Amino acid sequence: MPAVLEIEGLRKTYKSRRRGTRNALDGFDMRVEAGQVHGFLGPNGSGKTTTLRTLLGLIRPNAGRMRILGQEVPEALPVVAGQVGAIVESPQFFPHFTARDTLSLLASAGDVPATRVDEVLELVGLRDRAGERVKTYSLGMKQRLAVASALLKNPKLLILDEPANGLDPGGIREMRTLMRTLAESGMTVVLSSHILGEIQLICDSVTIISLGRRVAFGPVDEVLAQHSSGAVRVRLEAAADLPAATEVLTRAGVRVTGQADHLMLAGVDKPAAVTRLLAEQGLYVSELTPVTVDLESVFLELTATAPVPGQHRQVDQSTKVGGPEQSGAAGGRWGA
Amino acid sequence: MSLYRTELRRLVKRRFTRYMTLLGLLVLLAVVVGTFLTNEKLDADAIARAERQAEQSYQEQVRWTAQEKAACEAAKAAGTADDGRYPDDCSVISPPPREAIETSWFLPSTFDFRESFAETLIPFAGILALVGFVIGASFVGAEWSTGGMMNLLLWRPRRLTVLLTKLAALLTGLLTVTLAAAVAWFAGFWLVATFRGNTEKMTAGVWQSFTLTGLRAVALVLAVTAVGFALASLGRHTAMALGGVVAVMVVGQFGLGILLDMAGVRFPEAWLLPTYAVAWMQKKVTLEDWQSCNATVFGECKPDTFDVTWQQSSVLFVVGVAVILGAALWAMRRRDIS
Repeated sequence: MPAVLEIEGLRKTYKSRRRGTRNALDGFDMRVEAGQVHGFLGPNGSGKTTTLRTLLGLIRPNAGRMRILGQEVPEALPVVAGQVGAIVESPQFFPHFTARDTLSLLASAGDVPATRVDEVLELVGLRDRAGERVKTYSLGMKQRLAVASALLKNPKLLILDEPANGLDPGGIREMRTLMRTLAESGMTVVLSSHILGEIQLICDSVTIISLGRRVAFGPVDEVLAQHSSGAVRVRLEAAADLPAATEVLTRAGVRVTGQADHLMLAGVDKPAAVTRLLAEQGLYVSELTPVTVDLESVFLELTATAPVPGQHRQVDQSTKVGGPEQSGAAGGRWGA
Repeated sequence: MSLYRTELRRLVKRRFTRYMTLLGLLVLLAVVVGTFLTNEKLDADAIARAERQAEQSYQEQVRWTAQEKAACEAAKAAGTADDGRYPDDCSVISPPPREAIETSWFLPSTFDFRESFAETLIPFAGILALVGFVIGASFVGAEWSTGGMMNLLLWRPRRLTVLLTKLAALLTGLLTVTLAAAVAWFAGFWLVATFRGNTEKMTAGVWQSFTLTGLRAVALVLAVTAVGFALASLGRHTAMALGGVVAVMVVGQFGLGILLDMAGVRFPEAWLLPTYAVAWMQKKVTLEDWQSCNATVFGECKPDTFDVTWQQSSVLFVVGVAVILGAALWAMRRRDIS
């Protein structure tokens, strides 16, 4: 499939006399194929918004190449801007204009037919509140308006930074359906979000960024499979047989963690082999469940941002590819 | 062109633009109405009344000097005249000549269009320049602080084009308001002169002079508007422009004025911006140094003078606007938008 968005070796460095140098993006790569819903994930301060701002010409990169719809950006941004709809970070609008005025002015600036304004207002559920000033809107309503502004151009590439932020549960579900519908209509959607359950549900592929570098990418299923530990939960008919089962499995080379009423096995390629091993020793399995990983656990593992009791993780403490596991002062912080 | 039209629409839609324009126009209207109410037409009765008052004043002066002269002579006779209250020779106490008490002093205020209209163009330019500065600063400052500029750049990723188009729309709006207000200002004061003064001796040359002064007022309004816009864009907030102008006026003008005065600089007003604004409007301001004396053949002391001309003002304003606007454009092109 052709790539709609390609980023290679993107670098952005912030220099401060007082706080030294900080690499917000440190050779970041990304590729999004046409017609996909692509999740763009990363901890706070990992470089997601910097990437999107750089891609959209708001920030000047120090190095790297970017292409949108086959065109080099930022040079060709004026050419491709009409085909890219985007919201970056929290929705911001002039508070004293109504939603209709806001969209109407944008449509007028971008030579979009005025009829499109009502279409997108209907699409995001703001039709009946379009005549009210934006300052009276809740965060969720502003978010809907932001999505509407991004959809106004009927873009080929839609970039949404935290679109579900502030939405109610119904709104989140509507947004999910909208993303899928848009993708089915041929639009490519790049979605930055911290709601990983949503990303797993609606995205075809993901890119995970940590401290300005890509730590994982590819179809969601593949990323999950790559980081599946082959864990299996085993229960026996009699809980009293658990020690014996532990011994049998350990002898067979399986890593076993004993629990009160079950065993957790790791590194099991074929769960059927566990059944056979135990049955040969007269130990009968009542439950054998492969434990599947979810995107959240993969994310926490890859970025090393899982909470640790008694520790207060700082925003720049996460995985750096090609650096120490807990990067600390590995170049991603001020003064590095 | 669509962006230009959009920005014009945005300018007109903003409540702040509407309210500030309305406020400025109301202040201008108040000046015209105030002038109308405080002037009156001179007729034969008014002149006769003024002549009677001048004569009355003269007679009062005569009576008063006679009393003083008598008191002086009495004090001399009593030997108590050496307290400095009276002159040595009481005969020098005499009333002023009759012609020294002018009838015009007792005439009611009247609006002579030819004599007075040019002066009114200074407050006209000042009020509209203030309105333009604040609207210009707010127009782009609010866009920056509310994220509107970023949204717009996602649609039109040509930064300089966007900023210059916004400026063009702003200046178009201000030019329209200023020209309309100028026409109303001319008409208003013509009516004031017609009903509360006179419109005599209005030659083509006078009209031409007024028109040129009016055009200089329009240029001043547009220059100040562009400076407000550029300062707010440079600081990416309306407060940058407003804070900047307060700082310049308080520190750079009042503070500098006091410092120059204390330092005994010969023409301290030559360092202050308002002098150049007035010179721009009046074509020339002559500053005088009263600490100097140039003797004349009649034995008078004439102070040194220094002329600030409209040409000097124009150079200063063009350079100032170019530097500030250039800095805003440079920042727009180079700085990240985050």
